[in-house]
Amino acid sequence: MGELYFKTKGLTVGYNGKPLIRDIEFGVERGEILTLIGPNGSGKSTILKSVTRQLKTIAGTVYLGEKDLQTIPLKEMAKQMSVVLTERMKPELMSCRDIVATGRHPYTGSLGILSKEDEAIVQESMESVHVLDLQNRDFNAISDGQRQRVLLARALCQQPEIILLDEPTSFLDIRHKLELLTLLRRLTKERGIAVIMSLHEIDLAQKVSDKVMCVKGDTIARYGTPETVFLEDVIRDLYEIENGSYDPLFGSIEMAAPAGDPEIFVLSNCGTGISVYRHLQMKGRAFAAGILSPDDMDYAVARHLASEVVETAPFEPFSKESIERAMQLVNSCRVVIDAGLTIGSTNEAMREILAEAERLGKLKRGKHHELR
Amino acid sequence: MMEKKIQSDAYDVLKRSLRYETVFVLLIIAFCVITVLNINIGSVPISVKEIARIIFLQEGDPTQMKIVWNIRLPRIITAAVLGGGLSLSGFLLQTFFNNPIAGPFVLGISSGAKLTVALTMIYALQMTGKVSSLTLVLAAFVGAMISTGFILAVSSKLRNMSALLVAGIMIGYICSAITDFVVTFAEESDIVNLHNWSLGSFSGMDWNSVKMACIIVGIASVLAFLLSKSIGAYQLGENYARSMGVNVKLFRTALILLSSVLSATVTAFAGPISFVGIAVPHLMKRALNSSKPLVVIPACFLGGGVFCMFCDLIARTAFAPSELNISTVTSIFGAPVVIAIMIRRQKEKQ
Repeated sequence: MGELYFKTKGLTVGYNGKPLIRDIEFGVERGEILTLIGPNGSGKSTILKSVTRQLKTIAGTVYLGEKDLQTIPLKEMAKQMSVVLTERMKPELMSCRDIVATGRHPYTGSLGILSKEDEAIVQESMESVHVLDLQNRDFNAISDGQRQRVLLARALCQQPEIILLDEPTSFLDIRHKLELLTLLRRLTKERGIAVIMSLHEIDLAQKVSDKVMCVKGDTIARYGTPETVFLEDVIRDLYEIENGSYDPLFGSIEMAAPAGDPEIFVLSNCGTGISVYRHLQMKGRAFAAGILSPDDMDYAVARHLASEVVETAPFEPFSKESIERAMQLVNSCRVVIDAGLTIGSTNEAMREILAEAERLGKLKRGKHHELR
Repeated sequence: MMEKKIQSDAYDVLKRSLRYETVFVLLIIAFCVITVLNINIGSVPISVKEIARIIFLQEGDPTQMKIVWNIRLPRIITAAVLGGGLSLSGFLLQTFFNNPIAGPFVLGISSGAKLTVALTMIYALQMTGKVSSLTLVLAAFVGAMISTGFILAVSSKLRNMSALLVAGIMIGYICSAITDFVVTFAEESDIVNLHNWSLGSFSGMDWNSVKMACIIVGIASVLAFLLSKSIGAYQLGENYARSMGVNVKLFRTALILLSSVLSATVTAFAGPISFVGIAVPHLMKRALNSSKPLVVIPACFLGGGVFCMFCDLIARTAFAPSELNISTVTSIFGAPVVIAIMIRRQKEKQ
């Protein structure tokens, strides 16, 4: 563990002296990314505003390096910390280069005239986030994705030790989200810059963060490494997910399983069932899935979408119980779907189940688009 | 490829500074031409050759010397300096409210100053028979600050920019109504002066007033120029400015004080003058194709001076011997610019 570069102790934040969130304690090392997640209006922005002195803190201390942030002159703070905010700025007649160059503000003389060295840093900052080709474009005339990158270049140009970003991926499409987060990842590793940001995309947060903090209610719901935070129940509680579920393995979100007893039994393995599950879920048909072992990717999805999953142990022939249960389902369900089974030496028993379904005239084969 | 890119960037930088230079050179030429025209044209035309002799050698026809030194020159300098101050005041207010149609006139600041100046004039004339220009400036400043205070109070409640402008225009109407009321009922012979003044005019300035106006506007403008760097940061928004190390509270106070001093001074000497504060900064920014305060502030000052001298020339000569009040002329040229800004903004939104 390295030394914490930025940390809070017993921090309480809120508006107009009214505490909103209490006892916030977190810290980041150089080169680390800390992500704040939580539902809308939970106070992620309030925390970010408070630790950047946009908002007065109510109690507790924020440390930048060894020093209490409150005691550092604003200009000194500006040399160590820069921000990318959510507010839409609408500068008049400013090129992207002008915007980036404002990052030199804490370093220039009393009239703010850029030196050769400043210009070089502006150039380098724009190059490192790939916006040099935009430099003469009007800032108001570029796309959202480009705008965020220009603002990141501006933040870099301030040569900070830490950058705080408030929902930097809002308004961006998936390609630009990935691009921006990849850039942040690279910058933290290459330059040892610490990053604190808030994100809505929990799937991406899981993949880019060194640490995650869950903000909900009047305290910090959870704080730690992604492995300790991105658990099914933690995320469900955090966002109060009732109509669906969160899969911690892939960071994906699944819709809720259709209610009721299964009327369709889907037989599949090796991922062939997933599209059938999704189709049935969309149509609101309750279904059972099987016979799956936890190592099958069908299992990961069936778990969330099927009313019942017939389970068996991995790398073993099907258990007796699982075959029995499958037979019962073949009998009780209206339709049995073979979504594209691969049958080998450990799942020979599947042939019997298929034969039974065939005998009852319930078997259908193929993908959902061939099914009714 | 890369080399070509760098070359084109260097070319862009060059193009930009060339543009700045062109604008300033044109402004200076316009300034000189209009100055000469202003001295030259009038009920007594004075040739350029005579003007040069009168100003630089201090010799010539005594009547002409009197006209140049006591009437035309003070008036030109007043128009130039006050016009510059007014336009700069507009730029500062636009920065403060982050609104391109903010200005001392539309926000009611000029009218507030007008009210207190009128009251002071009447009171002082009744008591002592005369008022010093410093007293008037102070009175105007008080009035400007009261109006500004109102506007600030309203702006903390209304985040909507057009609502803010409506509030400012209403404050302006209230102040004007009270001023008219007071002027109507003050039965003094000097009220004629007051009436003329309350419509706005650069006429009747003596050298002492000119000096005073130059000193106050000069100091305030230099201070505003020294704020360039912070203004540049503030253009990105309050929060970004703070994150770059600007003491926002102090900066906002300085901004509002300076713009009030400027518009108060103008109002004290020349009465309320409309639209200069909006039109000139806008035209300058477009001409420079930049909002960098480092170039926009001097350009606003120079442009405001040129604009007011030009309007004053028209006010004096269009229907000579009767004079138009200055706001009549500035409105004709300024109001269309405001409409153009609003249409442009609407287009940008879509």
